[in-house]
Amino acid sequence: MNYFPEEVLEHVFDFLTSHRDRNAVSLVCKSWYSVERFSREKVFIGNCYAVNPERLIARFPRVRSLTLKGKPHFADFNLVPHDWGGYVYPWIEAMAKSGINLEELRLKRMVVSDESLELLAKSFPNFKSLVLVSCEGFTTDGLAAIASNCRFLRELDLQENEVDDRKGQWLSCFPDTCTSLVSLNFACLKGEVNVAALERLVARCRNLRSLRLNHAVPLDALQKILVQAPQLNDLGTGSFLHDPDSEAYCKLKNAIKKCKSIRSLSGFLDVNTRCLPAVYPICTNLTSLNLSYAPGIYSSELIKLICHCKKLERLWILDTIGDKGLGVVASTCKELQELRVFPSDLYDGVGNAAVTEEGLVAISAGCPKLNSLLYFCQQMTNAALITVAKNCPNFIRFRLCTLDPTIPDAVTNQPLDEGFGAIVQSCKGLKRLSVSGLLTDQVFLYIGMYAEQLEMLSIAFAGDSDKGMLYVLNGCKKLKKLEIRDSPFGNVALLADVGKYETMRSLWMSSCEVTYGACKTLAEKMPRLNVEIINEGEQIEASPDDRHRVEKMYLYRTLVGPRRDAPEFVWTL
Amino acid sequence: MSRGNDAPPPEPEYLGALKTDLTLALPGGGGGPEAPKPPAKRGFSDTADLKLGSSCHEDEDSAVTQPPPPKAQVVGWPPVRSYRKKMMKSGKYVKVAVDGAPYLRKVDLQLYTSYQELLAALEAMFSCLTICNVVNERKIMDNINGKEYMPTYEDKDGDWMLVGDVPWKMFVESCKRLRLMKSSEAVGLAPKTTSSKGSSTK
Repeated sequence: MNYFPEEVLEHVFDFLTSHRDRNAVSLVCKSWYSVERFSREKVFIGNCYAVNPERLIARFPRVRSLTLKGKPHFADFNLVPHDWGGYVYPWIEAMAKSGINLEELRLKRMVVSDESLELLAKSFPNFKSLVLVSCEGFTTDGLAAIASNCRFLRELDLQENEVDDRKGQWLSCFPDTCTSLVSLNFACLKGEVNVAALERLVARCRNLRSLRLNHAVPLDALQKILVQAPQLNDLGTGSFLHDPDSEAYCKLKNAIKKCKSIRSLSGFLDVNTRCLPAVYPICTNLTSLNLSYAPGIYSSELIKLICHCKKLERLWILDTIGDKGLGVVASTCKELQELRVFPSDLYDGVGNAAVTEEGLVAISAGCPKLNSLLYFCQQMTNAALITVAKNCPNFIRFRLCTLDPTIPDAVTNQPLDEGFGAIVQSCKGLKRLSVSGLLTDQVFLYIGMYAEQLEMLSIAFAGDSDKGMLYVLNGCKKLKKLEIRDSPFGNVALLADVGKYETMRSLWMSSCEVTYGACKTLAEKMPRLNVEIINEGEQIEASPDDRHRVEKMYLYRTLVGPRRDAPEFVWTL
Repeated sequence: MSRGNDAPPPEPEYLGALKTDLTLALPGGGGGPEAPKPPAKRGFSDTADLKLGSSCHEDEDSAVTQPPPPKAQVVGWPPVRSYRKKMMKSGKYVKVAVDGAPYLRKVDLQLYTSYQELLAALEAMFSCLTICNVVNERKIMDNINGKEYMPTYEDKDGDWMLVGDVPWKMFVESCKRLRLMKSSEAVGLAPKTTSSKGSSTK
């Protein structure tokens, strides 16, 4: 194939959009490698410690869009110490120095300082898109720098970040010349916003399609905004709290009616449920509805709302909807592909109307296109899971969380092995799985045997012995990420096939049975793995006994050796 | 087909509530499947165990009280993003019990600006229950006597008071939980309230 001129090859490669294909192409020969590396504009790095910025720039000097992920997934649930790492600053600094023409930066679970945002804003004149998901470490001052300096900003998307609000006027920092915004999401900010500046910004960005407000934006401001932006596809409301007999509410109803393009609706953090009928007219068109941050909407109102949403493909909701409400979803939303049911009561364990196996079975029977599930439930049964597996063989993501992590089958009191076994056996395309409830090694036998496409597996409070983990490691050939907590897997499982970890992105084990000695052995055998031990809150002497049980271990493959920014309590062996 | 579907219709609601309490009371608890069996209806008795001259089995409940309240949650379980937890925590949530209903609901008091709004919300919240044809009458808030349910609340001193006895803002500060109490029982409320505040004087 080498008789193609490079320009032609490059043109052909332009049609390859997936990272996997481009990776494959770059392995064909030196010339393809070279053409591919000079033409790649989008780079995805699933672990910011697997390479360093210098290598990124050396290999892909024309990168324009970078996606970076930082902390391990379990950081979401407070299992990773706050200052573990995952800093974006060195990446921005290196790209700025090398004259990279960065246009897009997407970060997940990274520490983003205001300094980073300021450097970003000033270093890349064509910067267009900033997406931060579950990041922390910055304030609205950093956002102000982005707003002031990025003249061509199209997207500022802040999803579930912990942001310190400086009561700054960051929204008013967008210059009057800024008219390019397509997407603006600041739902995660806690503080007040300058509503007048927001209204003006929306009015001048005629291409705005996605707008998600925070709870500080009142309902009457929403009304004014919607009058200015009837073209929106995606709306996240702020506060939906108002007197339903007022003039403002009446105006809002009329404004919403004219927003015929809205396909995705979220928000309602604060809500007067008597105001909800205002959105009924746009519900028929909705394909995505997220009410998972709206604890103020109770079952009966949820049901009334859902009845209008016949085209939903994605639904995120709280378990206040109840099994009965899920039954209504099942009979209404025939196009449903993704369902997430979150627990509404996270603090004192008083059961609201939480959901059970009954609701899930109803959904599986009514929504044959369902392929992605996150389901927090009170109880589950094997029979229900077997039915679900039969009804919905297309699952790609199946995450089931019983609120009591080791609860058995609610009818038979048996482990849930058979139920999850049925899921992995029937869903051939399953890529992501989280299991919970009472589980023995048997379930891992099934997973190893059937889950051929599985890429990410989360295990908690499950299994009986090393065998369980071995089934998974030996069976799941495509596994990229394995995360295990509070399960009796130990050194035998960890050390059985150390080569496996070079084929994976990472392995997390906390509160398992692995020891310091085994981790050392692993690190010695596999120089391209970083084996990190996280000793948060533990007083450990400098060289603990080999038999010392390791509380938290995180290992990942890397091309650049141990990281240099690890805090004291993280040891890279 | 799944057995879950075939559950006999008259029971599930109540059963569901029981299971609710069982599982949530012991998150991750003793580990074994047998472990999660604390006194049944713990959640409910939790609200109903006022010194309101109820029968003695409630005393049993408090006597059975296991070592520390088994609410100590396992870190990171259920696996809900800490961001989500924080978001959902904002507001001032209090539990609402209705006499005769086998489960509890919650309201965020900060969403409302007056007793009127709160009671309207309670009315909407419990509309699925049969008791609600009573609550439907707004009079419940100003005419406490004639109706079958009376809104009461536990204040920060642990005393049960009638909703409406103090200005709204004070109420939001002080209210720990709400109970829509059967009027018949509420008749006994005032005398048996240990406090000398005497909500009955109202």
